Amino acid sequence: MTEHQLGEPIVVMTDVHKSFGDLEVIKGVSMTVHRGEVICIIGPSGSGKSTLIRCINALNPIDSGSITVGGIEVNDAKLDTLALRREVGIVFQQYNLFPHKTALENIMMAPLKVLREDRETVRERARGLLRKVRLEGKEDAYPGELSGGQQQRVAIARALAMRPEVMLFDEVTAALDPETVKEVLVTIKELAADGMTCILVTHEMGFAREVADQVYFTDRGVIVEHGPPSSFFDQASDPRTKEFLSQIL
Amino acid sequence: MAMTFDKTDLPVLKPFRMEGAPYDAFYHTRWLAGIRLRWVAVLMLLWPTAALAQSGMAMTDAFAALWRWMPFLVTQGFLFNIVISLFSMLIGTTLGVMLGLGQISRVGLVRKLAWFVTQLFRNSPWLVLLFIVLLALPYELNLFGQTVRIPAWMKAVFGLSLPVMANISEIVRGAVLSVPSGQWEAADSLGFTRRQILYEIILPQCFKRMIPPWMNWYAILTMATPLCSLLGVEEIITLSRQAMSAEDNQPELLVPFYGFALVLFFAYCYPIARLTIWLERRVSVKF
Repeated sequence: MTEHQLGEPIVVMTDVHKSFGDLEVIKGVSMTVHRGEVICIIGPSGSGKSTLIRCINALNPIDSGSITVGGIEVNDAKLDTLALRREVGIVFQQYNLFPHKTALENIMMAPLKVLREDRETVRERARGLLRKVRLEGKEDAYPGELSGGQQQRVAIARALAMRPEVMLFDEVTAALDPETVKEVLVTIKELAADGMTCILVTHEMGFAREVADQVYFTDRGVIVEHGPPSSFFDQASDPRTKEFLSQIL
Repeated sequence: MAMTFDKTDLPVLKPFRMEGAPYDAFYHTRWLAGIRLRWVAVLMLLWPTAALAQSGMAMTDAFAALWRWMPFLVTQGFLFNIVISLFSMLIGTTLGVMLGLGQISRVGLVRKLAWFVTQLFRNSPWLVLLFIVLLALPYELNLFGQTVRIPAWMKAVFGLSLPVMANISEIVRGAVLSVPSGQWEAADSLGFTRRQILYEIILPQCFKRMIPPWMNWYAILTMATPLCSLLGVEEIITLSRQAMSAEDNQPELLVPFYGFALVLFFAYCYPIARLTIWLERRVSVKF
């Protein structure tokens, strides 16, 4: 929008369609995300929000339309998946840490095996990332020994270890105990303050209001409306948005 | 995981659960491991006593005969059964792992073929497989101008490894599929190739879960090795029969000699079964 200077567009979606079998879950979504922006996607469950962000890093291939990430076209049969995955990190609702590896190893694995970087450099970076998510001292803990919030922060560090340009967060606090939600949100907030481009699917309205640059409301596969949080939460115009907000606020 | 409501007074149909022997992959081992050691002690005492009660005097002679043959039966017979079981397990596991990975291949043809081979050998009678292998394989091979005889026991090893292979294949497939799909997604999103995901992330997690069912099949295989006596392999049952005929085929010999074979199999398989069930409990608690 116009209120402060924007970086160049980094994720551009144009008329994205996606079906699972006969069920069309995304019906023509367009969205532009600029470098350094924090985007929150909200909406009732089953409205296609998670599918939408999974399309961005090609976990779900799209049927038609275009998604570009840092200039890479995702909807391309010859897509260089590795190049895309280096641009985009994702954090899941269920953490999905590798249970047979320690926290540090979880973070180190992809840079070592995928980027084939030097072990000592990677180890230093991984330690730094653990410090960043405030889990110093948990290097040798296995995921099973960590709380949900701690696991989720390791998962964030693991995604950051690939030095992505964009971070996707798929309802990352939905499976957490209320008291650990905050520590994860604080981590994301710090990331955003560092200038990381973040796209979140979330139900945390307080977080969206405080941190987001843009809030998108999706319902039944389309973007109903969007805007900066100040206007979005207080002056929603569409009746569907109003109804949704009245239910959860 | 589907929700189940077990405790209800309402007149509802409770979910039908497949339970009991046919639906428990560990049935054999669980039963074996469930035997209390004190029952074993009682049976061990009853075995000669019962035989003694059967026909009086000759029984002591029968046990004396068994005593004479015992070292021979163990070192020449039973040890051979163990050798056969170990080789069969080795071959069966190697082929089974490959077949199991074939069953989760992304190439449709490979997957279907691996599935077919697995089902074929998993559901065929072991004895039929043994006879097919015995008759289908040549008795000798021409290797570099030299004629090498293939002894019957090698064919038996191969024949027994086929059903083991098919069952290991199912174990591998099941274990890989039991890893939550989130693990694949997470690894995928970090840029790992499918091969890397399988070998670095999925299989290491499967390894622990595969050990108990793998040992279960080893115990079953060991107990199936007497089938080889029908191919003329000189293992415990063949040798017991020969020993009995050397002792003039007295009917009193049957219970001591075959009983002894049972005791040997029990002594070998029982600890394996106990260990398997113990490991299975530990592994299932862990995850």
